[in-house]
Amino acid sequence: MLTLTPVESAALLLSLRVASAGTLFSLPLALAVAWLLARRRFVGHQLLNGVVHLPLVLPPVVVGFALLVLFGRHGPIGAWLYDVFGFTVAFNWKGAALAAAVMGFPLMTRAMRLSLETVDRRLEAAARTLGASRARVFWTITLPLMSPGILTGAILGFARSVGEFGATITFVSNIPGETQTLPLALYSFTQVPGGDPPAFRLCVIAVIVAMAALLASELIARRLDRRIRGAP
Amino acid sequence: MIEIDIEATLSTFALAAKFIAPTTGITALFGRSGAGKTSIVNALAGLLTPSRGRIAVRGKVLFDSAHKINLPPEKRRLGYIFQEGRLFPHYSVRGNLLYGTKRTDAAAFDRVVALLGLGSLLGRRPGDLSGGEKQRVAIGRAILAEPRLLLMDEPLAALDAARKEEIFPFIAALRGALDIPVVYVSHAMEEVIRLADTLVLVDGGKIAATGTVEALTSRLDLRPLTGRFEAGAVIRTVLRGHDKVYGLSELAFPGGRLRVPHVDLPLGTPLRIRIQARDIVLATAPPSGLSIRNAFAGRVVEIAPDKGPLVDLRLDIGTAAEPVMLWVRITQRALADLRLQVGSPVHALVKTVALERPSPGGGRAFGEAHEAV
Repeated sequence: MLTLTPVESAALLLSLRVASAGTLFSLPLALAVAWLLARRRFVGHQLLNGVVHLPLVLPPVVVGFALLVLFGRHGPIGAWLYDVFGFTVAFNWKGAALAAAVMGFPLMTRAMRLSLETVDRRLEAAARTLGASRARVFWTITLPLMSPGILTGAILGFARSVGEFGATITFVSNIPGETQTLPLALYSFTQVPGGDPPAFRLCVIAVIVAMAALLASELIARRLDRRIRGAP
Repeated sequence: MIEIDIEATLSTFALAAKFIAPTTGITALFGRSGAGKTSIVNALAGLLTPSRGRIAVRGKVLFDSAHKINLPPEKRRLGYIFQEGRLFPHYSVRGNLLYGTKRTDAAAFDRVVALLGLGSLLGRRPGDLSGGEKQRVAIGRAILAEPRLLLMDEPLAALDAARKEEIFPFIAALRGALDIPVVYVSHAMEEVIRLADTLVLVDGGKIAATGTVEALTSRLDLRPLTGRFEAGAVIRTVLRGHDKVYGLSELAFPGGRLRVPHVDLPLGTPLRIRIQARDIVLATAPPSGLSIRNAFAGRVVEIAPDKGPLVDLRLDIGTAAEPVMLWVRITQRALADLRLQVGSPVHALVKTVALERPSPGGGRAFGEAHEAV
């Protein structure tokens, strides 16, 4: 039986918290961007598409450094946040969540956009002839029909967030109990003599968490799919 | 009244449609595939925005480019029944039916469910309904949204013959029990004859003619649109008698009675029947000693300027007050030998066994004036 040491459980819980917060925060934003990219044609469409995908192709350290410059206590956005709301993301778990959200964003948006493009627009037209406003059509037809894609996007984003390393360590450093997520803790153990056994234990934990997330998403996806297709 | 006067540029052709149709009974938009029928219906529903023009239904302006009026589809209150049903797959049949209802009116719901025979389907999902069941649910869903007009875009096209027969009575019931006017898109003359009161002929993005089914199907100049090869005029009759001994029924029309194989309907039922142009024989004298039971005196009204071995004629076999037009196809040789001209008296002979099954139709008994369109 695997009992967790305080360091391990702190890292695991922090990872889950960071990934959950990052995913929940970027979910509506990713949905909006996916909708814009799938349904609207506007000047700068390609540019937006490119910007969204940047974190996927840039070295994570670059993203982390950019976040540090922008959201640090003296960065343009960071200073403003602190002055207006008294809120900072520098060197705390919220910053780790922000880094995780940014890194997971392209995967999330991509999955949602793909599923939105498969929603039958003729069903939306039918709903409008039945008296439903655009907003009602979105909530009752579009959103439910693309729910498998939203779930896939959320799982991908979450998984990416749990595994985030480069951007996080660059942006918010490696502070135990505050920003030391599971991968960061693992990395720390590999840097000290005799750290291999605890590093290995963290490896096993990471595998268990990842497998659990995958299985859960598979189950939910199958249930959603059945609801949409209308099979018994 | 449905008033349409619109122009739209579509990817494959330009639409310029103008017609006025009554909002009583069923108005059929008839024409070939790609003639622009669906585009007209989409413009009515608000799913296609014309570049110019005006659309009004029962006095309510839905679109007017001059006054910058363009109601969104959800504000138009027009029910739309699509060829492929378009049921929402993630809702049950009950959920689909209730989607467009504004208020919970249990009595109205129960009435529509009973009318369309949906009681046993309510808990099921669209995914496991048959094609005919899906279309019945789609009709019910549209009706329950309380539309001022129902649009049907080839609702039977995706169904096989047996399923079509399953749906016909329900569409006919819309006219009877619910009194909802219908605009019905079709490229099948059979459906038009069975269902439509008013016929709008659509050709190449334009309206070729508007009128009653009887008037338009007997017009020789519209033959290319109403069916060159299955040519025949539709006449309106009333079931007047049954001949039990010989298993025949008698259909009365102004100017005569038509004997047809037994029709199992109550006396007085208005029926429409198409008499194919090639099933009529002409005689210049009253026939005798023939097996043909249907012989009608009339006169030639029009001779088509046809080239080739065949020629089409239009006959009036009705009365002075109520003309009844037949369309006859004979050879040029026969035309010359009988010396037929416009005004020539003739006798039209129709074989009983050649007649198609008559369809309950028209909604009105003959004799009632058709409103001018």
